[in-house]
Amino acid sequence: MVFDYSWLIGGPQGSGVDTAANIFSRVGTKLGYHVFGKREYHSNIKGLHSYFVVRLSDNKIRSNVNGANIMVAFDAETMIRHGLSISKNGAIIYDSSIVNTSIDEIPTIEVDHRVRLHEFFKSKNMEPKVSSIIELAKESGVNVYPISFWDALSNIADELKRPELSRMTRMFNVLGVSFSLGVLKAPIAPLLESIEEIFSTKPTIADLNKKAANFAYNYASAKFSGFNASLNETDKEANIMLVQGHQGSALGKMVCGCRFQSYYPITPASDESEFLETHEILQVKEDRPGSTTIVQTEDEISAIGMAVGASLTGTRSATSTSGPGFSLMAETLGWAAINEVPVVISLFQRSGPSTGLPTRHGQDDLLFAINAGHGEFPRIVYASGDVEDSFYDTGKCFDFADVFQLPVIHILDKFIASSVVTCNRFEPDLVSIDRGKLLEKTDGDYKRFAHSPDGISPRSKLGLENGVFWNTGDESDEHGHISEDPVNRIQMMDKRQKKVEQILTLVPKNDQAVAYGKSDICIVSWGSPKGPILDAIEMHRKEGHEIGFIDIKLLEPFPTEHVKSLLKDSSVIVDIEANMTAQLGSLIRKNLLKDPDYYVLKYTGRPMTCIEIFDSLKKILEKKAEKKQVLLYGD
Amino acid sequence: MAIKLGDYKTGVHNDWCPGCGDFGIVNAIQMSLAEMQIPKHKAAIFSGIGCSGKTSHFINTYGVHTLHGRVLTFAQGAKIANPEMTIIAAGGDGDGLGIGAGHFVAAGRRNVNMTYIIFDNAVYGLTKGQASPTLKLGEQTKSLSNPNPNYNVNPIALAISSGFTFVARSYSYDVRQLKDLITAAVNHKGLAFIDVLQPCPTYNDLYTRDWFSGLDQINEETKKPTPRIYNLADTDYDPVVHYSTIDELNEKLAQALQKSLEWDNKIPTGIFYKNELITPYTKRITDKIPNYLENPAAKQKISKNGKTTTDISDILDSLSV
Repeated sequence: MVFDYSWLIGGPQGSGVDTAANIFSRVGTKLGYHVFGKREYHSNIKGLHSYFVVRLSDNKIRSNVNGANIMVAFDAETMIRHGLSISKNGAIIYDSSIVNTSIDEIPTIEVDHRVRLHEFFKSKNMEPKVSSIIELAKESGVNVYPISFWDALSNIADELKRPELSRMTRMFNVLGVSFSLGVLKAPIAPLLESIEEIFSTKPTIADLNKKAANFAYNYASAKFSGFNASLNETDKEANIMLVQGHQGSALGKMVCGCRFQSYYPITPASDESEFLETHEILQVKEDRPGSTTIVQTEDEISAIGMAVGASLTGTRSATSTSGPGFSLMAETLGWAAINEVPVVISLFQRSGPSTGLPTRHGQDDLLFAINAGHGEFPRIVYASGDVEDSFYDTGKCFDFADVFQLPVIHILDKFIASSVVTCNRFEPDLVSIDRGKLLEKTDGDYKRFAHSPDGISPRSKLGLENGVFWNTGDESDEHGHISEDPVNRIQMMDKRQKKVEQILTLVPKNDQAVAYGKSDICIVSWGSPKGPILDAIEMHRKEGHEIGFIDIKLLEPFPTEHVKSLLKDSSVIVDIEANMTAQLGSLIRKNLLKDPDYYVLKYTGRPMTCIEIFDSLKKILEKKAEKKQVLLYGD
Repeated sequence: MAIKLGDYKTGVHNDWCPGCGDFGIVNAIQMSLAEMQIPKHKAAIFSGIGCSGKTSHFINTYGVHTLHGRVLTFAQGAKIANPEMTIIAAGGDGDGLGIGAGHFVAAGRRNVNMTYIIFDNAVYGLTKGQASPTLKLGEQTKSLSNPNPNYNVNPIALAISSGFTFVARSYSYDVRQLKDLITAAVNHKGLAFIDVLQPCPTYNDLYTRDWFSGLDQINEETKKPTPRIYNLADTDYDPVVHYSTIDELNEKLAQALQKSLEWDNKIPTGIFYKNELITPYTKRITDKIPNYLENPAAKQKISKNGKTTTDISDILDSLSV
């Protein structure tokens, strides 16, 4: 029997839920499980509800399931929001003081949600209180474990003779994770090690948390020893890392030689820039240390302007943003394109329009990335499907930018950025670096935009002797001086446009789109649905149904021929993506002249789970599906 | 071999209106580059959009004609990535103080070691004479259908309060003074700003060459015009912050702000404020990255035989649980 277990912890933002999840994920990793965790939070600093679900499995996992097996609730809101999503035979560990809290005493539940809850409790003829949730959970076969978190704190305070600890509710998180591991009879050593590692720079706090963990673990394992599931030491694969989503592209940037990044703070992109800045000094083989210069700018217009300016010096340069910031970058994107400047824009999508759902997931910006900026110019839009891909794809994006001398928009999203996963240790040796026609020296009459058969001219850089050139956002001649001559205009437009053909010829097919199995029924998708799709088709395979999946990574220019050939043996096409209007679907219709047979879409701001996709595919297999299915799961 | 003034000129046809103040500025930049003997590949002129935006095409160094209002962003990016370059950014008053005002303020705070020249003629020339941010409230230049409804920006005061560490003004028909100021600005350790008053003979019929020359203020005794423009260097004004005391700093800032308010009959030019005791951005980077100046972004070797040379094994080890 495959072990597959999800643990949920919730609490007010700023209460340390992330730390607890980090501890749990590390423990799972140390025990040898595959880990997939995701963080959900409001656009808020303190007080609104946030939660973390961590899934552990013996098998490789790439997504969350619906609900969880075991949950820790030290506040009433977590119980109200998630209590009924715990599966049969699972467990809820909760603070006994929340039992009588009514939903009207929780101001952070949205008004509409409150109305729905009242209707729900009314239909069940129950009081709108935490106790009713506990009752319903019990009825559905969930074990409920009340614990007084406050008493636990007092006990620890007494034991350590530090009365002030009895009010330190921040400790609830470490208590929660330790109670859970006690109930799950996990070995205690990995718990204590994880705490030590996480608080390695703060030994006093580490020590305190370890004492609290010990207490809570022993308490729960003694009191709730009958629980039916346990975490055990399993065979651990070699070279496994536990990474956070934003670290993939950041590490990719370090390795592929990105040495300048400018950014303006925005969720969910800033974590990547901050990680880069934390590691700004880089070790270089057989050389002095290198560095990445990170500049926090006054806005996103400046962020892309600086990145383009830095790129003119021959530096591999990038900026990192989300939809609202990318909107501000549109004008400079066109400038970079007409001046053939390589620049990478890491676009961490979230839900729009406007500020939209600022901390939630979405894939709304595909067509915008493809069309942003006025005028006609080539660009590359490239999407990564998960953290591991994002590491290797980042290097590819920089190569594309250099080789084709144009802006590259590397699409990621909030789902990837705020997930925590185990994956194979990244292999920097697999990252190759191709700077294209970047010159290290030149002589004679240099022309930056010299005509060439492939449309790509040798590229000088600021500071290169004999390499002086001019740039302008106006149409220009081969030197880069303004020219409104109609003959030159058409030559230059055609020169730049030739890159499209070059891209489709030179980018390896397997980097354009990846086929994961082929079948009569075939999914097409792009970006982060990849994980839940792979998990869902694996589940169907176990039930004897083969479903193919094509992950389209190169989205502009669209690899029509390659996608066509991958789809040639499939008669049923299912488009799955996290937006309302099926943006990839529109590209399929435009380029393949084919309307996908089914659409599975989600735009609640929450990522898809493998269960949702499994269920929607099941309907398709059973020929019971509507043409368009909209997924709704998640809080 | 010495680099000659002519070496800094391109053959690009200059399409500015006859009598345009821009000519004086482009000449002064070329003269200054020649004076400093900066090799043409070691300098880059960044420009914004508008008549002044074409400046970079007339100068035979790297020339980057950017976007409206964004010149400072491109220029700072280039300078930070390759601090060996001499970077001069140029743009109009609408470019820098209207659409680009946010970048102007942010650049002051950053204090990157480069020079920014504003071509200040109080109108948007290339779009046919609309009011720019430096045109004063109620003034009506000839293509405006109504008097200007907006108060003006004071570029000198804005630069000082934004953190620029070298703030000067010049006049485009005083090419020699302007050349000297550009040289001083380039040699300044930090971000230097020069506001260049510059008649637009086509659209600004208020701030004309005759007005600056004071043809309307005839001295009754000498019967000669009293020029409006004067040079602070000819007075006992001392713009330099010499010590790191807060009292002196405040005194110099207040003096410069007060001086920036002089207008109408007497208009000061020259250096209003100069402070090399504020750390330039370079220093703020080297405090974190000690070898930044020897091994800046643009100079780093990132690969060998097509393979990365960056070693992230320490970070990967820390992620291996």
